Amino acid sequence: MNQSSSEAGANMSLALRAWNIRRKALLMGQVQGQGYIGQALGVADVLAACYFHALRYRAQDPEWEGRDRFLLSIGHYAIALYAALMEANVLPEEELPTYGMDDSRMPMSGMASYTPGMEITGGSLGQGLGIAVGMALGLKRKENPAFIYNLMSDGELGEGSTWEAAMSAVQHRLDNLICLVDFNNQQADGKSTDMLAQVPEEQKWAAFGWMAQRVDGNDMSAVVAALDAARAADHTGPRVIIFDTRMCKGVEFLENREITHFVRVEPDEWATALAVLEEGKPQ
Amino acid sequence: MTLASMKRKYEPRRSAEGEAQATSAMIASLAAEGYETVAAPFGHALVEAAGADDKIVGLSADLAKYTDLHIFANAMPDRFYQMGMAEQLLMSAAAGLAREGFNPFATTYCVFAARRAYDFIAMAIAEENLPVKIVCGLPGLTTGYGPSHQATEDLAIFRGLPNMTIIDPCDADDIAGMVPQIAAHAGPVYARLLRGAVPRVLTRHKPDYRFELGRAQLIRDGADVLVISSGFMTMRALDAAGVLAEDGIDVAVLHTPTIKPLDTETILSQVQKGGRLVVTAENHTIVGGLGEAVARTLLTGGAAPTFRMIGLPDAFLEAGALPTLHDMYGLSVRRVVEQIKGWM
Ligand SMILES: Cc1ncc(C[n+]2csc(CCOP(=O)(O)OP(=O)(O)O)c2C)c(N)n1
Ligand SMILES: [Mg+2]
Repeated sequence: MNQSSSEAGANMSLALRAWNIRRKALLMGQVQGQGYIGQALGVADVLAACYFHALRYRAQDPEWEGRDRFLLSIGHYAIALYAALMEANVLPEEELPTYGMDDSRMPMSGMASYTPGMEITGGSLGQGLGIAVGMALGLKRKENPAFIYNLMSDGELGEGSTWEAAMSAVQHRLDNLICLVDFNNQQADGKSTDMLAQVPEEQKWAAFGWMAQRVDGNDMSAVVAALDAARAADHTGPRVIIFDTRMCKGVEFLENREITHFVRVEPDEWATALAVLEEGKPQ
Repeated sequence: MTLASMKRKYEPRRSAEGEAQATSAMIASLAAEGYETVAAPFGHALVEAAGADDKIVGLSADLAKYTDLHIFANAMPDRFYQMGMAEQLLMSAAAGLAREGFNPFATTYCVFAARRAYDFIAMAIAEENLPVKIVCGLPGLTTGYGPSHQATEDLAIFRGLPNMTIIDPCDADDIAGMVPQIAAHAGPVYARLLRGAVPRVLTRHKPDYRFELGRAQLIRDGADVLVISSGFMTMRALDAAGVLAEDGIDVAVLHTPTIKPLDTETILSQVQKGGRLVVTAENHTIVGGLGEAVARTLLTGGAAPTFRMIGLPDAFLEAGALPTLHDMYGLSVRRVVEQIKGWM
């Protein structure tokens, strides 16, 4: 669907795309010796399916009016989106070593004014879905058939603003809005399910009037099927997909360490992590 | 160095080769060379205060670990409430606990208290004059993470709120001293917090210094310049004073951790000693913070010294390494020295 990727890349498998995104994220983490690498590794499959299956965009024209809008509500996931944008040729890969540096176009937290392909400024969590509602209304007003995708976290399910937007999207029958929730069951202080996500989220969204799906966000065929179903659904309102993901996915020794919001990686472990990833490279 | 700006979104960058420029990371510690540090002074002080006052409870909106409240949560788990990432709820619930006779300490980051939860603080807490203690991390420019986490206007926002007591502590001793005093205070408090390894600054310069709610205190006397400062800018002012002394410029530093109510009496009596350049220094936009509060005090009090302000510009700040940003925006020791020399 996307109009971007080079001819050579057109047949590249989504699994390989996800692997490339993981690798680039690890390389960026290595540059700074830190970063939200656990989240990036966890959400890489979802981003690969978005950027190489679901989204319409032109890599060299990030503000193309016909593009599907992809909002990163979670500013701290920027490292993951930069990796995807580089893989999609929206950002030049040569800039990877500038990640998080002074004067970089890739600051640690995603901001619209810095980075091509970054639609909104995230970081103050719980704002993406409301902006998505307004953009979805705007697209309808312009009779533009593009979709709005809003990627948010399970932590953002705690903000009241999320649910105000969720009700509004139903009221205004925003069938051009697809909300993606990265349910990694992790927040700053602990597990999301120990805080405000006590009741199964897909049931809440369905009760609010959304077409709701919940799938394993690290199972590529399930991710693709859910995205296809969300776009094609015969449903007069918005659609949500809750992706259960595993933080640090793809680098086993990190997956198995005590997972926290900000996974610590020792200086010498970045190279090890890249080597471990290399072993699992898809054919 | 100028950093990225809107216009340059589509200008490719080259990597800064060999230049080991760190990071716009969230958790950058304040450069406080030469000072010993104390771990999590707020958390430990709250545990101690809670031992003496069984009405004290703690609440956080998914930032206990990042505001040192986890120390309290671990020590007194049955007196800690995890509210999830819901800052409006955090403030409403703290108001509710206060209504039922408890003494709540609620923590988040400054930006989320001042911006997202403001109406809830204004109506549920301040208008009722309830004793909720709002203690918040990442004051002013203490992260290179960009405007989402840089609380550059929090003091201006809360200064406009009736009943609110506002504190901008400088160091670990200020924080430890502040906790029991705000716990005993009968109204709402907004306190900025330095977390993690926090430097011990003030007693190094004035061994008998003790935090007193509502009081400004002279940490160092000097004949040429009077700096009136709060927060970590008192540390920067003291360090700058050391450098300026080598050039024969004699700088006094008046530390003013309580922003509201302001200790106008001490400020006026110091300024009225006369003959000194008066400079305010704050980790906050120059709009609506300590500097403007002092300016009003001086004008209405009939004092008219030569007056200058050190503070952040009226702008959304860049992302970048904290030392880079402090230098760029005038908060580093080097820049404080440079600015004061330029005004002499
Ligand atoms: C409105 C708001 N409140 C608090 C924060 C601080 N914060 C940053 S990330 C985070 C955890 C939120 O949960 P989630 O996004 O699910 O975290 P992760 O999965 O990345 O651990 C918090 C509380 C914030 N950025 N915005
Ligand atoms: Mg999460």
